[in-house]
Amino acid sequence: MKSPIPLTLAVSVVALLGSGYAQSAGKISGSEFNPAVSLILDGRYTDIDNSELELPGFQLGGEAELPESGFSTGHNEFAISANVDDKFYGLMTSAIVIEDGETEFELEEAYIETLKLGSGFTIKGGRFFSGIGYLNGIHDHAHDFADRPLVYDAMFGGHLVDTGIQTRWVAPTDLFLSFGAEVTAGSEFPGGDNVDNNNGLAFFVKTGGDIGVSSSWQLGVSYYESEFDVREAGGHAHGGEEEGADNELLNGEVDVTGIDFVYKWAPNGNSKETNFKLQAEYFVKNENGGSEFTEDTNTAEADYDGEQKGFYLQGVYQFKPAWRVGLRYDHLEADNIVTNFSGSGIDEEEFLEESGLGVEGDPDRTSIMLDYSPSHFSRIRLQFSQFDNGHEETNDIITLQYIMSLGSHGAHTF
Amino acid sequence: MKLLTVIIGTLLLSSPAFAKVNVFACEPEWKALVEALGDQHVKAYSATTAFQDAHYIEARPSLIAKTRRADLLVCTGAELEVGWLPLLLRQSGNSAIQEGEPGFFLAASYVERIEVPTELDRSHGDIHAAGNPHVHWGPYRLLTIAEALSQRLQTIDPEHSDDYQQKLAAFVANWKKNITRWEAQAAGLRDKKVIVYHKNWSYLLDWLGIETVGDLEPKPGIPPTSSHLASLLQKARSTKPDYILVANFQNDKGARWLSEKTNVPVLNLPFTVGGSEQAQDLATLYDEVLTALMAPH
Repeated sequence: MKSPIPLTLAVSVVALLGSGYAQSAGKISGSEFNPAVSLILDGRYTDIDNSELELPGFQLGGEAELPESGFSTGHNEFAISANVDDKFYGLMTSAIVIEDGETEFELEEAYIETLKLGSGFTIKGGRFFSGIGYLNGIHDHAHDFADRPLVYDAMFGGHLVDTGIQTRWVAPTDLFLSFGAEVTAGSEFPGGDNVDNNNGLAFFVKTGGDIGVSSSWQLGVSYYESEFDVREAGGHAHGGEEEGADNELLNGEVDVTGIDFVYKWAPNGNSKETNFKLQAEYFVKNENGGSEFTEDTNTAEADYDGEQKGFYLQGVYQFKPAWRVGLRYDHLEADNIVTNFSGSGIDEEEFLEESGLGVEGDPDRTSIMLDYSPSHFSRIRLQFSQFDNGHEETNDIITLQYIMSLGSHGAHTF
Repeated sequence: MKLLTVIIGTLLLSSPAFAKVNVFACEPEWKALVEALGDQHVKAYSATTAFQDAHYIEARPSLIAKTRRADLLVCTGAELEVGWLPLLLRQSGNSAIQEGEPGFFLAASYVERIEVPTELDRSHGDIHAAGNPHVHWGPYRLLTIAEALSQRLQTIDPEHSDDYQQKLAAFVANWKKNITRWEAQAAGLRDKKVIVYHKNWSYLLDWLGIETVGDLEPKPGIPPTSSHLASLLQKARSTKPDYILVANFQNDKGARWLSEKTNVPVLNLPFTVGGSEQAQDLATLYDEVLTALMAPH
């Protein structure tokens, strides 16, 4: 029990204490430790008929996949970040995953970023998630569904992540307006190995603002391109890993153009009780090259020129604190032109199927999710998806997932 | 060539001289304070309103645009804005308001904080390692913060130094007078008991000598649960609190339920400046809350 203390004494005591505390506690970071360390734990149980991801008309790459049947560890992720000094910020995130019974350590991001360029400029260098799109830069554990939108799997093999340099500029305007450009190795899917290892190029523009006190929005457009000598691609033979089979795109080029939109609403802007989020992204990919498929001693090749499109639309509603429901629709379509086929031991039909370039139907997926987050740091999610893979096969997927975060308090991107 | 196009942009533009100090305040209380201390020399914007929980904000586009143009950032600190402020700083491209610069000011770092946890474990809820961040409810602490903030304004805008000093002197004199008045008025509140929704009134209650006998949140940041409310009902019956204190942006469902069962009145109060029609600056905010606490129930 304390009582009001005499004024002059109090002021001088507080002032005295104040001077001592001024230096020691000016932290806004999530941890008393330097650097901030966090660990994301992700585990799941999945009920799925067929775990092999096939999207007719799309050559798959990167981390595009369906979840494993039964129990599996998801994307367990380790992140370390801090201000390096007064001029740079640094971050590294890596995922520890079990693939085919082997534990793999994947470097997701490792970059440095300037803090003091000023005039709205920031330069980032290293390996990073590209600034294109809306979800591309957001780690999977912060997504609102247990799996990525199909269009991200199909276009970028999960995320567009590459090594290079990025410059961003925020305009000095009341309306948020930001421009970004990236030069990257261009070797990661949907790019491929190139001699100079610098063929990736990306641009993005983002704008956004508030509508009254309860709503805010962001709109972005983006573009990516790369030229490559060889791109290993999965087709029917997922990831090109089928024994003796090899699926490659030679002397190719690819570009992807996209538009993304996010709208968020919370009564009075207080998202703690209830809130709603609507988001949609649409991408068009153009790519061409010499497609080559070999299996044992049989080979086939053809010229390929494709245009592929895809989008998703989703809404997530927090109807009471800690509880959210979400609905998402995914759709993909491919229009591929394959000419000058020649093969030995493989006919054109087999080639189209094995290379992943054959177009049958349009894959689509509808997902509904319910999640419960007892605190800032834990989330349990139940999701049901109906996935039509374009082969006229319907796959019902039920996922029960937990995502927990340990360590420093994460920050929320819009 | 590609590299060149990326880098060339950095050589453009230089920061223009400002007529008024552009202030980005994280919470309305700091906007009010900086306006009191800077008056016509500052143009202040608050990232949050009195009806938002400053802990649950996102680094949304409009806030990035505002931080981009700020000369001075005035926030609470003590991890209150940990979920969004670091991101805003990194995305703003504004060198003047980065940590360690004169344009970076955290109010809570100038005063002693109470309720500093002795054990940092999240099983105790969303706790702040740096202690309770809601320092604007400590009237003496506010004086210390005002002095530090005025000095900061003088550093950033030395041209108007004398003016800032005069405004500080006026603010301090006025605030001290208010403290004397409030302490005289509120003497009868000492040893009253209260149940709070969240520990955001602690500095005020500490100052007035009011005892907190329970929290509607089972753990900081965790919404009330029915089992917790049931145990709180037992506690309320034995300790007989005088009121249940809820900030008017917080969900008062649990508080009303408890009130119905126990006849303890719920006080739905503005938590910061702008939280009610009357609370238009720090003094009127204090006035309204103290009047509500002193009103017969």
